[in-house]
Amino acid sequence: MAAEIPVIHAAARASLWMQPHRIALILVALAIVVASIFLMRWDWLPTYLPLALQGIWRTIWLLVVTSALGIAIAIPLGLAQVIGPPILSVPAKVFCTVIRGTPLLLQLWLLYFGLGSLFPQFPWIRESFLWPILRQAWPYAVLSLTISYAGYEGEVMRGAFAGVPRGQLEAARAFGMSRWKMFRRIWLPQAIHRALPTLAGETVLQLKATPLVATITMVDIYAVASRVRQDLFITYEPLLLLALVYMAITGILVFGFRRLEARIPNRLG
Amino acid sequence: MELLSFEPPNGRGLSLLHGLANSVGIAFGSFGVGLVIGIGGAYGKLYGGPVVRDLLEVYTTVVRAVPELVLILLLYFAGTDLINQLLTALGHAAIDINGVVAGIGVLGVVQGAYSTEVLRGAILGIPQGQIEAGRAYGMPPGLLLRRITLPAMLPFAIPGLANLWLIATKDTALLAIVGVNELTQTTRTAAGATKAYFTFFMAAGALYLVLTLVSNVVIGRIERWARRGMPSIAGAH
Repeated sequence: MAAEIPVIHAAARASLWMQPHRIALILVALAIVVASIFLMRWDWLPTYLPLALQGIWRTIWLLVVTSALGIAIAIPLGLAQVIGPPILSVPAKVFCTVIRGTPLLLQLWLLYFGLGSLFPQFPWIRESFLWPILRQAWPYAVLSLTISYAGYEGEVMRGAFAGVPRGQLEAARAFGMSRWKMFRRIWLPQAIHRALPTLAGETVLQLKATPLVATITMVDIYAVASRVRQDLFITYEPLLLLALVYMAITGILVFGFRRLEARIPNRLG
Repeated sequence: MELLSFEPPNGRGLSLLHGLANSVGIAFGSFGVGLVIGIGGAYGKLYGGPVVRDLLEVYTTVVRAVPELVLILLLYFAGTDLINQLLTALGHAAIDINGVVAGIGVLGVVQGAYSTEVLRGAILGIPQGQIEAGRAYGMPPGLLLRRITLPAMLPFAIPGLANLWLIATKDTALLAIVGVNELTQTTRTAAGATKAYFTFFMAAGALYLVLTLVSNVVIGRIERWARRGMPSIAGAH
């Protein structure tokens, strides 16, 4: 059966994709874009461009930092749920359930407003060297986004760790690998390989969660768009541009993860 | 603790519960709107013409790539604007659109994109002979949908739809940004008035968690009902 799948060359694939109705649709889309360029107000763009670039940078920074920290917490969380003794696996399970069962916005506000209103009551916190940092918004944003990513990915990693075939681990043990070496060379790489498509989707979700930090006064790209709206009473233009920016970042993320997946040879059964 | 009691002067438990009721209502409504859009979208993607298919692809891709928060703002402003312009054009006075109704509409459009994909996959999971048999019996499309496609795809769709329902309950929190009176918004109001931020946000978190856990139990029941008569996955090997 497999031999009968026709091989489609790049040029043929392009002509298959470029059907007449697609060309018409693309023309309509272009017409809408051109019309929106000329009919809508974009004169604010040069003034706000530096702020917007800074906002985009902050959004990406937040995404990268919280995803990296989150996955670093998620791996032990997943592992604890698969092989941990009850004293580790039960708290891990409860953590994942609570994080996944409550809205991120609420977690963010709980940390920022809740902890933020508790901290000043303790003089030793106010006098500590951390206080200038704790008064800003970004530690709370990073903390709550990291916790959220860790909660969701802990569940993903649990499934991934449990899904690695037992034979692989038994073979590693038969080779005399130590537990740590077995984990590092066999178990973790295969689990991450299995989880990669899910992680790609979850990272896009994480990107889409970042604008929530604007509600606790962190100036990411979403907050910049809100400021344009409040300053100039222009509603749609900044929001449309914002949607475009997020779509571009999503596209880059999806492309990057696809490249990452392609690096690992995959045999389809 | 007395802040959470139900007595009106100090206790704000009642307003939290009212917010929870609004949240659940919005979640139900938007999930339902999403399902209707999803069924239409899945049919369009599977059986529609090339133009319909491409437009639906654009819809699902854009909605899934743009943050819900941005979509909510865009659809909220654009939707209320459009309806009011339509009303004034028809000679009616502009109306103030109820936040709950607007929330249902906006979240419904977002949910619709996700459920289109879930239902498309589920319809593809049905043994296609069943649909062909229905057609061979001369069933009109509506009857075919009601008697064959929807019941047969349900077991395949339920895990995805369950996820969507949980997302819907949590996405209602985002409507607090546009000032809809749901649980997170009432919590923030109560917390801001009493300065007891920690107490109120913890209480709201507990309410959301209870909602999720109860949903999980109910979903388990529904799944068992939908899969009745089918061999269990666990016993397959």
